[in-house]
Amino acid sequence: MLLTAENLTKSYGGVQALKGASLELRAGEVHALIGENGAGKSTLIKIITGAVTPDGGELRLNGELIAENSPPRAKALGIAAIYQQPALFATLTVAENIALGLEAQGLWRRVDWRARQRRAADLLAQVGARIDAQALAGELSMPQQQLVEIARAIGAEAKVLIMDEPTASLSAEDTEHLYDVINRLRARGVGIIYISHRLEELPIIADRVTVLRDGCTIETHPMAEVSRQDLIRLMVGRELSAVFPKREVARGEVLLELQALGCRASGVKNVNLQLRAGEIVGLAGLVGAGRTELARTIFGLTPADEGAILLRGKRITISSPAAAIAHGIAYVPEDRRRHGVVLDLPISENITLASLPHFTQLGALDFARERTTAAACVAQFAIKTPALFAPAATLSGGNQQKVALSRWLTAKPSVLILDEPTQGIDVGAKSEIHALMCDLAEQGMAILMISSELPEVLGMSDRVAVMQHGSLAGVLERAEATPQAVLLLALGNAAPAEPRDRQKNQGQKS
Amino acid sequence: MKKELGILILLVVLCVIVSIFNPRFLTANNLQNTGRLVGAFGIFSLGLGLVIITGGIELSVGSLMALLGVLLSMMLTEWNWAAPLAVAGCVGLAMALSWGHGWLITKMKIQPFIVTLCGLLVYRGVARFITKDSTKGFGNAAGFESLRYLASGNLFGVPMPFVLLLVISAVMWVFLHRSVYGRYLFATGRNEEAARYSGINTKRIITLAYVLAGVLTAISGIIIAFYTNSVSPAAHGNFYELYGIAAAVLGGCSLRGGEGSVVGILIGTALLQVLRNLVNLLGIDTSLDFAVMGIVILFGVLADQYFSARRNRNQFVALQEAAASQAQ
Repeated sequence: MLLTAENLTKSYGGVQALKGASLELRAGEVHALIGENGAGKSTLIKIITGAVTPDGGELRLNGELIAENSPPRAKALGIAAIYQQPALFATLTVAENIALGLEAQGLWRRVDWRARQRRAADLLAQVGARIDAQALAGELSMPQQQLVEIARAIGAEAKVLIMDEPTASLSAEDTEHLYDVINRLRARGVGIIYISHRLEELPIIADRVTVLRDGCTIETHPMAEVSRQDLIRLMVGRELSAVFPKREVARGEVLLELQALGCRASGVKNVNLQLRAGEIVGLAGLVGAGRTELARTIFGLTPADEGAILLRGKRITISSPAAAIAHGIAYVPEDRRRHGVVLDLPISENITLASLPHFTQLGALDFARERTTAAACVAQFAIKTPALFAPAATLSGGNQQKVALSRWLTAKPSVLILDEPTQGIDVGAKSEIHALMCDLAEQGMAILMISSELPEVLGMSDRVAVMQHGSLAGVLERAEATPQAVLLLALGNAAPAEPRDRQKNQGQKS
Repeated sequence: MKKELGILILLVVLCVIVSIFNPRFLTANNLQNTGRLVGAFGIFSLGLGLVIITGGIELSVGSLMALLGVLLSMMLTEWNWAAPLAVAGCVGLAMALSWGHGWLITKMKIQPFIVTLCGLLVYRGVARFITKDSTKGFGNAAGFESLRYLASGNLFGVPMPFVLLLVISAVMWVFLHRSVYGRYLFATGRNEEAARYSGINTKRIITLAYVLAGVLTAISGIIIAFYTNSVSPAAHGNFYELYGIAAAVLGGCSLRGGEGSVVGILIGTALLQVLRNLVNLLGIDTSLDFAVMGIVILFGVLADQYFSARRNRNQFVALQEAAASQAQ
């Protein structure tokens, strides 16, 4: 056995990312690692590459325990990783990028440019890449950059190579070439951990597959013995364990309508969707499917340049967040600490920030009213803080999220967009936020909820809209929204015309 | 207010020390002159403070003052413009130029340091070019006594620049600490992206800060031009931007943005002028005055950092205790 991970555990703050993940990698095999968003794949990879220290469990290479793993140590042991986004230095040449970390170091060591050049050319030839070693890395296409990274891994004599969604942004032709390179590496006895959301490619390239779910290793199978359906069942697995406080609300008029909405800059294409008063629409899809980009387009952060947005049947233009707010559209962003709250400002000032002009008297700020409103929010949402003047940075994640929500509810929107509203917050705060969403829907608000947590999407939504590659793959009513149905749409097998279209677009991109 | 207390104490201690060693510090004449300088320097320092609160910097203050100074002299003595028109011309030009700074910074996304460094170089060069490097002045010509009064007159014994500073400070205080725009300015300085996500037009807010700084620089510039009564295009206003930055930093503005107060900047300005006065009165070689200032600023900021860290720790402990007692 080349690499064994045994019973690894890891928690971040209160969130248990890995609860007991195990993986066995043989030399000369391609081992697929699959699982939903948040199943723990990234954490497992980070532990293997030494970027993260596990709380418990063991990691062995060729039977020997790797103690005190760290990125340099993992590299020295021959563990290399290639991520979805190539991490090359854009302003250095290909040869220099390959040489980084491969050549001996020393302050006054002289560089043998010819040898460096020869070596780079040789390694590139080994992966069958026709790339000039003297070209700047930034000028290469994405697939070419990926090949440079693989060449570097070969140069480092990697025994374990981790590939995180390597084909996610490759055209069909580039994918074929990558498979060739992978086969060559396999023949040389390299063990490859292959992470992918494209289940259809696994039978082509993988020998065995391990499914992760909720931080645990579920099962490992030879690829030939499992079907695509089996894999989806294993990935989804559970019954909906959490109980969601979902209430049936009569749906009212159409508040927001998107007609063929698109934004070229952020890759949102041809989105048609209606949001009715009293309705919670879940927006599901894989990470990178364009959900946040869609929200940012509706909110005017990256204004739409195609299609139309209608509010109560009237066409409106949203060119900035200020315009969106004026129309009664609110957006609670995904990255709380960077976008959701201003960490250094007091809770009260955070709460009034989006509706500040309403808190003035004769043009001057009305501190008394600001305090009353903030105190009311703190009481209503049970924000745990001793003082209104405490900076938002002193609160826990869940309470910060409640402050962000308070800010937007104080602005009295009719359409509320929530981006991962419960990500990384504890169970108690989570169900409070779910209950709040139901209250708001009952009061006639239309809610669009982006979530990568499938149970949350299924538990809270009246309808589920599924995105894939920047456009809507389909909309499911609550009754037909099963985990399998959502996952099928998200992985993109519903529309037969889709794949060819997709490849064309990506060919242009690269 | 707590935040300004430390530097206020430093100011008082310095004043006491100087008056002990040289009682001339407290004569009406000396106080009047120091007050006049505090007024003249305080007005543009407030503007610089605004820019620093957005997280930016404005380095072109001194050069802009030289350009405005020579233009003012030419308008009044060579082109015979009426005084109000000349003032409007100066303020208008400063607004236009600093709006340009704001535009380059927010729309062209050039770093504030670079934009205003270019301003520093360009305005100085233009000032020297249009005067052919010759010193401009106001002489004793008649027709603009009202402007001269703003610089060298007194109101009930209080120097006019100081009176002006108080009026402008009051307006700025309301703007910064009591208005929506002031709150937006602080939020933008703290976290521009989060401010944008809250619907604040951060580009407009930042540009506004630069324009206001330009207007205040123009007002200061007119006063200082009349105070010196002659404007040498190569030397007038040299390093003034650094006085402003030093005053703002001493007064509690963080160069990272989002922090600062009108009162703090006023005390910071006063402290710098008292230091210059101290060098004079204590018979320290005047060539050392920058050195003395540098050392005091360094220690002032060090002390401020120490005290604010302690204050934060105390506040944090108090919050935790309150939370604990609430939980029970």
